[in-house]
This record gives sequence, structure tokens and C-alpha cells, in this order.
Amino acid sequence: MYQYDEIDQKIVDERVAQYRDQVRRYLAGELSEDEFRPLRLQNGLYIQRQAPMLRIAVPYGMLSSRQLHKLGDIAAKYDRSYGHFSTRQNLQLNWPKLEDTPDILAELATVEMHAIQTSGNCIRNITTDQFAGVAPDEIVDPRAMAEIIRQWSTFHPEFALLPRKFKIAVSGTKDDRAVVQMHDIGMEFYIDTNQQLAIKVWVGGGLGRTPILGAVIREHLEWQHALTYCEAIVRVYNLHGRRDNAYKARIKILVKALGIEEFKRQVETEWAHLKDAPNTITEAELARVAKHFEAMPYETKPAQDASFDAAIASNPAFAAWAKRSLHAHKIAGYRAVTLSLKPHGTAPGDASSEQMHLVADLAEQYSFGELRVSHEQNLILADVKLSDLFAVWQKARAHGLATPNIGLLTDIICCPGGDFCSLANAKSIPIAVAIQQQFDNLDYLHDIGDIELNISGCMNACGHHHVGHIGILGVDKDGSEWYQVSIGGKQGNDASLGSVIGPSFSAEEMPSVVQKLIDVYLKERTPEELFIDTARRLGVAPFKAHVYLDKSLAKEGVAV
Amino acid sequence: MSNLIKENAIANDEWTLVNLPASQVEERKQAGKVVLFKLTGEQTVTDEQIAGTVIPTTGKVIVPLSVYVAQKDTLKSRMNAGSAGIWLDTHEALETLISNVDDINNLPIIAVHVERFADGRIFSLGTLLRTRYGFRNELRAFGDVLRDQLFFLKRSGFNSYLIRAGRSAEEALASLNDFTIPYQGAVDEPSPVFKRYNRVV
Ligand code: SF4
Repeated sequence: MYQYDEIDQKIVDERVAQYRDQVRRYLAGELSEDEFRPLRLQNGLYIQRQAPMLRIAVPYGMLSSRQLHKLGDIAAKYDRSYGHFSTRQNLQLNWPKLEDTPDILAELATVEMHAIQTSGNCIRNITTDQFAGVAPDEIVDPRAMAEIIRQWSTFHPEFALLPRKFKIAVSGTKDDRAVVQMHDIGMEFYIDTNQQLAIKVWVGGGLGRTPILGAVIREHLEWQHALTYCEAIVRVYNLHGRRDNAYKARIKILVKALGIEEFKRQVETEWAHLKDAPNTITEAELARVAKHFEAMPYETKPAQDASFDAAIASNPAFAAWAKRSLHAHKIAGYRAVTLSLKPHGTAPGDASSEQMHLVADLAEQYSFGELRVSHEQNLILADVKLSDLFAVWQKARAHGLATPNIGLLTDIICCPGGDFCSLANAKSIPIAVAIQQQFDNLDYLHDIGDIELNISGCMNACGHHHVGHIGILGVDKDGSEWYQVSIGGKQGNDASLGSVIGPSFSAEEMPSVVQKLIDVYLKERTPEELFIDTARRLGVAPFKAHVYLDKSLAKEGVAV
Repeated sequence: MSNLIKENAIANDEWTLVNLPASQVEERKQAGKVVLFKLTGEQTVTDEQIAGTVIPTTGKVIVPLSVYVAQKDTLKSRMNAGSAGIWLDTHEALETLISNVDDINNLPIIAVHVERFADGRIFSLGTLLRTRYGFRNELRAFGDVLRDQLFFLKRSGFNSYLIRAGRSAEEALASLNDFTIPYQGAVDEPSPVFKRYNRVV
């Protein structure tokens, strides 16, 4: 993975000093609350319901063992010995003290980490596929470009205070796992007909209050121009995006108001001036950064491993885990492994300090000292030999990291919600936990098969509820917490946004509502259909009919 | 003590900022979809405001863009004599400024007013004035200008900063140098770091 040189190190060190002074000025009363807000936000510090929340950047989801050990130490020293992995592939600490945050950042800087631009109205963490570099269907490893974009966007002076947050995702696979259509800018890397690296550029996607899938602004962009083209897009947005209403300030609203054709015309006019400007990427720079992402020193292995096959045959628990948690690898004899942060009955995405140390050790011992965070809020060991999988499973299981539910109903994507987040309309974690308890039967979960259930505590949609096969959104009705349910959302190449099934429900009703949706699916499915297929084929009606069958329930439900 | 920073030092302010009188038109909420400039919901300057603007007859003045456009025949000689500059708000179009001056470098100063700290349009305006329109003279930021914008303002082409009243310009000076080696090319240093240094793995 990318390693800092003195220049990178100096930038994060200087950031620590700058931030330390900002906190000092705030505590000394030299900065008002309002003045401090944009400064702390640009450094990932929110003031939450209970305490501040600090969001630490994990650029495109990559971590080294050393970094994860440090995160485990920081969580123990400054927090309650756990952290929360978010849908942006970042790590959030829920209970740090404001006074401690400069020290936390100083500790992070010792392992080449920071919290720069993890919130606030600026270009956020660049995200990508958690299987980048190892996926068999990968056309281009997008991580070098992600790193180049990360550096370009770090303290970009022109884009320091945008109308609203700005998210960029990159992907390089046929099967888009980075959800590029859901981002302010999405870059899909491919090899063009001249065998050159090129980019298909999407713009204006996003979830939140007004969910919109991005539109293609350019089918073909030579890779050298990635930064200048982004500059053209962000400049048009910076100058013309709305600043009078935070809910209408994302670039998607501007693209929609202008229409993609007019927006594109303005961007291209701008780009005509910027094309070939100094920020154009050189071959040498791409080669330098790409060196950090060269293939691991893999051993030559046969595609099969007898000990692995034997363990699968003799140990049903291991076999069940392997079925859900292993992913194909482009190198024979290797697998990528997802470690579940979704054991039934705890907050999705949470990891204790002890678990972080354990995973860091596993990565060290079995996966070249590196790991990834997925936007589904799990941890990935990307390069494990078949012959090591049984040992990995045993150790992971002993620490609650081997729930065989990856991709199943209880592998819930869930935002922190009302337990922590001051913007929330409703709690989300207890809903996830209640659903996990309702479906605490692995055979049944396997029978239901692949399904994505996503929960957000408010329209900001950090839990990506719009693209959940089942989506749950917390809504506020006269001060009490209700939940709106949608079905038919999907991420990936054939992304779609879910449709709301009807009036919302109370927290207590939620497990049975999900149960009823599943009942309809199990009854109506054809042998080859997953939940999403049945939902798409039949539409909302039969699901709605069954869920609201009980008339009293329908009456109690509140339209929102 | 002056609250003006020019280049890298505290300086005396020799310019008088000419303000528009308050608008009499009641503020209306914009519907927000009609045309582009209305998307941002800002008020446009009224004819009454322009007519009611009082410009000192002597000394160095910075006049509002809208006033300059309305009275450019009378203001041009002062401008060419180096004693009149123009200021604009972050929501005003640079094209208006450009199409109303013969040569932008006849202006001794352009000032950009930023009403709120969080309004980052000022950075794009500075960048465009320097790179697209080739402006070489004093480029000033004023309004809600605080020390934590300075580094970005400097990199966006500004070389003059009027720190908001009540804040120490002396202390703000330090922030011009918050970072020593920025990654990306911008106005003050067009080359990105990978073209300035030989970064080997
Ligand atoms: S979706 Fe809403 S409640 Fe959940 S984390 Fe985001 S802002 Fe907070």
C-alpha cells in the first residue's frame, strides 16, 4: 500500500500543529462556536449528542497491521475501547474528549494517518472497491489513481469551502463494487480501444434527501486529465451550487437544475482552459504511486488445497463460514476473506480494541500485513492462502469475527443513528439488533440467501437505505421515532433506488415487518431468484398487501 | 493598528471602501429553479442603491462593481490614474467585470467581499482573476476574513487580506504559512508536488 515520504509526513505533521492551535484558540475563547465549526469539521470532529465524534480517514479503505494496532491503542486510551467502521470506509470514535483530539491526531500521524477532510464541505475520502488489486474481474487496479486524487484533493485551496460535502469514488471492475453512480463524481477506469487507460466519468449521484443516480458526463477521458477534469467539475459546482439551503446544496441539485447537457457544456468550457495545465498527471507520477500497489510476493500454489478441502468436508461450521466469507482471488490458491463485524446482537460495524489487535495480527501473519475496510462495514484480509484459512477462521471465531452472515440478511449496513448522531430522527442500531435477533438462525438465513438490508437514522442516508434491497429510514413524527420501509433498491451496475411500501412503523413492529417481507419472497420466489429479483419482478404491491394485511396495523401506521 | 495584511506583512490601508446603501426592497425568497444566478438566492443591487451610493471625490476609492458599471465614464479617469478600484461580491459574475473594463490591469486593485467564512466561491474567483484573466495588481479579500482562510486565499491568488475587525491581523500572519509543501498546483505555485520534487519510492 501507499507509504509516506517526507513530503506526505510533513503535511500531516503540519496539520496536527495547525489543528492543535485551532483547538487552543477555541478553548481560549478566541474562536466562537460558529467559527470553530467549519475548522473542526474539516478535521473530522463532530459534536454529537453525547460527546464529540472523531472520524479518522482510511484512504480508499486500506490499512496496514501497524495502523490497525495503533487504532486499537487509540480506542483504548482515548475512548471506550471500541471504534465504529463507517460506510465511507473510515473509522469513527464515539467518545473522545475534545481536548484530547490534537493528541489523537499526533498519534495517528506517527502511523501515516490523519482525519483530514473526513467531514465538512470539502472533498471527502476517496473510496473504492474493497477487493481492488485482487479481484479476478478487475480490469484496472484503481488504487494508484485513488491515491493521486487523494493527494490532489488534500487542502486543495480552491475547493476548501464548497457548498456541501463532495464525494469521489473510483472503480476498475466490470462489476462495480464502488457504487460510482452514487457519488458526486464517479470514475470508472477501463482500457480503451487503443489499449490506453481511460475513464468514464459520472457526476451528480448521491443519496440523502433527494436520491439520484449519477449521469455520465464523459464516456472517455484519458487518465492524464483526471485531476484537471475534476477541477473543471468542482469549479462549476463551487461557483454555482446553492449555498442558501443545505438540503439543496449538493452537486446533484445543480446538475438536475441545469440538466446534464448544460452542466456538461459548462464543465467542458471550463476544462478547455484547464486541459494540459500543470496538474496534468505524468507517466512518472502514475508509475511512482503504482509501485506502492504492486502485486504481493505470492507463492505459486495449486488452485486446490487438500487440507482446506478436508476441513470443508469434515467441519460444517467452517464450511458455512467459508461459503459466505471467502471471495475469489486472481492468484491461484489464494482467497480474500471478509471478517464479519456483524455478530448478531451488536452494533453493525463496531470493533473492540481487542478485535482490532487480533485482526492486525491475522493480517500480519496471513495476509502480507495489510487489510481493508469495506463500505459494508466489515474487515477484509485480501490475500490469504487456502491452507491458512482454517487457522484464520479458528482465531477469528474465537474473537467473534466469524459470523457466517456475509451478504445475508443480518449483514446489515447501519449508520450510528439516534444513539450517537445529533442529526438523527430515530435510532438505527436497536433496529438492526432486533432484526438480527429475529433472524438468529443460520440455516434460515442461508435459505433466504443474498440480500442487503440498509438502515439510516435520517434522510442524510449514511446507511445507504435507498439502495438496500430492503431499506429502512428513521423518520420523526410529532417527536416520536418511526420507520419508513422501502424495497427494490440496489447498488452496482444495475443500481436502482428503492420504493417506499407505505406508511411507517414503530420500532417494535420492525422485526415482524421484515419477517413479512421475507415471507412474501419465500412464497413467491422462483428457484433461481434472490430477494431483489422477486421484488423487481413483482413490484411493491404483494409485499405491501401482506405487510399491511392487518388493518389495525395499517391504521396505526402514520403517513410521512 | 491596521488590520490589513499585504503580501506577508501588516500594512496601512490607503483605500476607502465605498459601500452601497441598504436595499429598500423587501427580501424575497427565491423559488430556486428558474435561472442559474437565482439558484444562489442572493439579492441583486437595485437602481436606487446605485444612485444613492456616495463616492468621495478625492482619495483612493474601491467602488462596488454595480456602481462602476453604471458610472464607468466618470470613474474611468480615476481608475486610470490609479485611484479607483472595484470590489465585487462572491455571487457576482466576473464576466460583468471583464466586459466593462478595457484592460483589467488598469485596475490598481480588485477586492472580493466574502460575507461568510464558509463561502468558498472567493477561492474560485481569485483563481480565475489570476489565471484566466491575467490580473497582476493587488487582489484583496475583505468581509468575514479570518486567519484560517489565509493559506487558501494566498494559494488562490490573493495578496492582500483585510482581517475582520476585532481580530488580530498580527496573529493571522502566521497562518499564511500553515503548510510548507502543498500537494497540488494552484495560483501561487502552479506545479503540483510531483513536478517540483523528485519523489522516489
Ligand atoms: S443517516 Fe442521519 S442519523 Fe444516520 S449517521 Fe447519517 S446523519 Fe446521522
